[in-house]
Amino acid sequence: MSVTFLGMPATRPFPRNAARAVRDSQLRFNLRKATRTIRARRASVVAEAPDWAELREAGRAIKEHTLRNLDRYLIQLEEAVTAAGGRVHWAADGAEANRIVAGLVKATGETEVVKVKSMATQEIGLNEALLEHGITAYETDLAELIVQLGDDRPSHILVPAIHRNRAEIREIFAEHMSGWGRPAPEDLTDDPAALAEAARLHLRERFLKTKVAISGANFAIAETGTMVVLESEGNGRMCLTLPRTLISVVGIEKVLPTWRDLEVFLQLLPRSSTGERMNPYTSTWTGAAEGQEFHLVLLDNGRTGVLADEVGRQALRCIRCSACLNVCPVYERAGGHAYGSVYPGPIGAILTPQLRGMESELDRSLPYASSLCGACYEVCPVAIDIPSVLVDLRARARHPWPERAGMAAAGWVFERSGRLARLQRAGGRLRRLVPRRLPGPLGGWTDTRDLPEVPRESFRDWWDRTDGGRR
Amino acid sequence: MRVALFVTCVNDTLFPDTGRAVVRLLRRLGVEADFPRAQTCCGQMHANTGYRDEAVRLARRSVAALRGYDAVVVPSGSCAAMIREQYPKLAGSSGVTPFADAVAQVVPRTYELTEFLVDVLGVTDVGAYFPHRVTYHPTCHSLRGIHLGDRPLTLLRQVRGIELVPLPGAEECCGFGGTFALKNADVSAAMCADKVRAVLDTGAEVLCAADNSCLMHIGGMLGRQKSGVRVMHLAEILCSAETAGVR
Repeated sequence: MSVTFLGMPATRPFPRNAARAVRDSQLRFNLRKATRTIRARRASVVAEAPDWAELREAGRAIKEHTLRNLDRYLIQLEEAVTAAGGRVHWAADGAEANRIVAGLVKATGETEVVKVKSMATQEIGLNEALLEHGITAYETDLAELIVQLGDDRPSHILVPAIHRNRAEIREIFAEHMSGWGRPAPEDLTDDPAALAEAARLHLRERFLKTKVAISGANFAIAETGTMVVLESEGNGRMCLTLPRTLISVVGIEKVLPTWRDLEVFLQLLPRSSTGERMNPYTSTWTGAAEGQEFHLVLLDNGRTGVLADEVGRQALRCIRCSACLNVCPVYERAGGHAYGSVYPGPIGAILTPQLRGMESELDRSLPYASSLCGACYEVCPVAIDIPSVLVDLRARARHPWPERAGMAAAGWVFERSGRLARLQRAGGRLRRLVPRRLPGPLGGWTDTRDLPEVPRESFRDWWDRTDGGRR
Repeated sequence: MRVALFVTCVNDTLFPDTGRAVVRLLRRLGVEADFPRAQTCCGQMHANTGYRDEAVRLARRSVAALRGYDAVVVPSGSCAAMIREQYPKLAGSSGVTPFADAVAQVVPRTYELTEFLVDVLGVTDVGAYFPHRVTYHPTCHSLRGIHLGDRPLTLLRQVRGIELVPLPGAEECCGFGGTFALKNADVSAAMCADKVRAVLDTGAEVLCAADNSCLMHIGGMLGRQKSGVRVMHLAEILCSAETAGVR
């Protein structure tokens, strides 16, 4: 089986990546501040929606229904887009999608494209693929711009530069903007308004001269062939309207049956993601406007495989709001890069191993990047039971032999209560010999924590000796 | 009413005081609990680490030991959540009918300790006396798994002499997570460090919770830091009385 590429090289296992991140005090501070701010905002706007539980259930049900009838809705979408003057392309994997997009850009004779923030194009590494064809892709979302200028990688689905603070952003702008277009002003400060203005001037020039744009889509309406993009800056709308050619790369799971279904998701998504009551810029378009060209590239890239899995398929309901990232105590401390995928956090921990498989050490470690605290499931607007999927993936992972041996031994002891009782008595007798530091993987506990004192007598022996405390 | 105590392997082996406190507390409230000797472990560690076959075996043993009782009391939100949330799934995927029958019999009768006290016995004042400054950590599985809500705090508020102080960021995970504490030791310790800081900020002398596994983790770090804060299972506070201690 070919390995599905997810926009980032598979590297070391999660615990090793995370170990480095937890020691980075600047990163910890940035992440703590940012996730807690968004978390609080989301909590307050969700709490004020009296019908949140019903909305969530509706979102879950609509997505579930669509996924169960995906074949039908995809064909309907293709017909509607074609009828509206767009062209639909089908891509089985990232490589095919990249080939299609590169071919479409080349056909226009252009060598520069502007991009609307898109997870799907990051997933397939489109920018890197276009560069091989001599095409430069310019990110126009503010945070994506920061990441691109800093030769960095995104660490959050919604806030790709969440790991950066404004002082770092000022450095990046001052140093690198000139290499990509209009330079930053000489006197640039780290005032957010000044940083936004520098980005605005830099990007405005780009919008006005670029002829081809590439986007993703939050939703694709099968009934009408309408694409929907939600964003906060208006930069996306610039890309969607100004250039002559628009190419949208959209995962096949983004389909919604009808226009009316948007009602639910336009409430769920802004409140869950940015903590806003209403999304600032919601762009919709159907086919191609006169004098313009529209191409829709429908991307599979492992999704049908996920769809075939009874437990795991619920991950395809994801609307990329990133509420699960913002509330995750593991993400908050490990940061997005530790997950080695464009999909970090709890949703990444169930999506990446399903899309990419569990061949590499990193991908095998992702289902374990969770304490199963359940906060992600609680906030998910489409009720993806992430902890259950994590446990299911763990059951399919290959386990290291020392762990297998330990688990087998524990299983053997628990198989008979007599064995447990004998072990407890041995522990009680040898309790003074328990070292303060344990060897091997168990040292992970005693590096930072004392061990509990082993009692002289177990509960079951006390029960037998005293008849449950009655004598 | 025939009541079984499912004490849990962690309490049985490492924290027998908690088991004794539950027995004495229930006795004070007029309930003689039975301790089915065949019980060992609910299988949560195996299930959550990805060892489903072993988990199914332990789940089958547990329901076999616990079936036939009117109520099963578990002094652990986490193990109660394992039985209630995961046993039906394990039974469904195993295809063994007698197992599924036993699960269907046991699951609706399984109560975490505070559920049993508040919902079944209808008691919120258990007659406890505990003159100490205490903060309560709602563990993830008791909070988001079986939704204990304010039952533990309702019980604690009725304890005479207690000075109950709120824990900042109480609903955040402490970072234990079973084998997570070993497999992701650095992140686990980072999470625990924040929990420990929150506990110390309260000025409490006792941290209490409905799960000794989480307390073993937080208490382990409090101990390593020589913080002087001790951890106690909720049952031990509820069992404390003016005339006689737990032991």
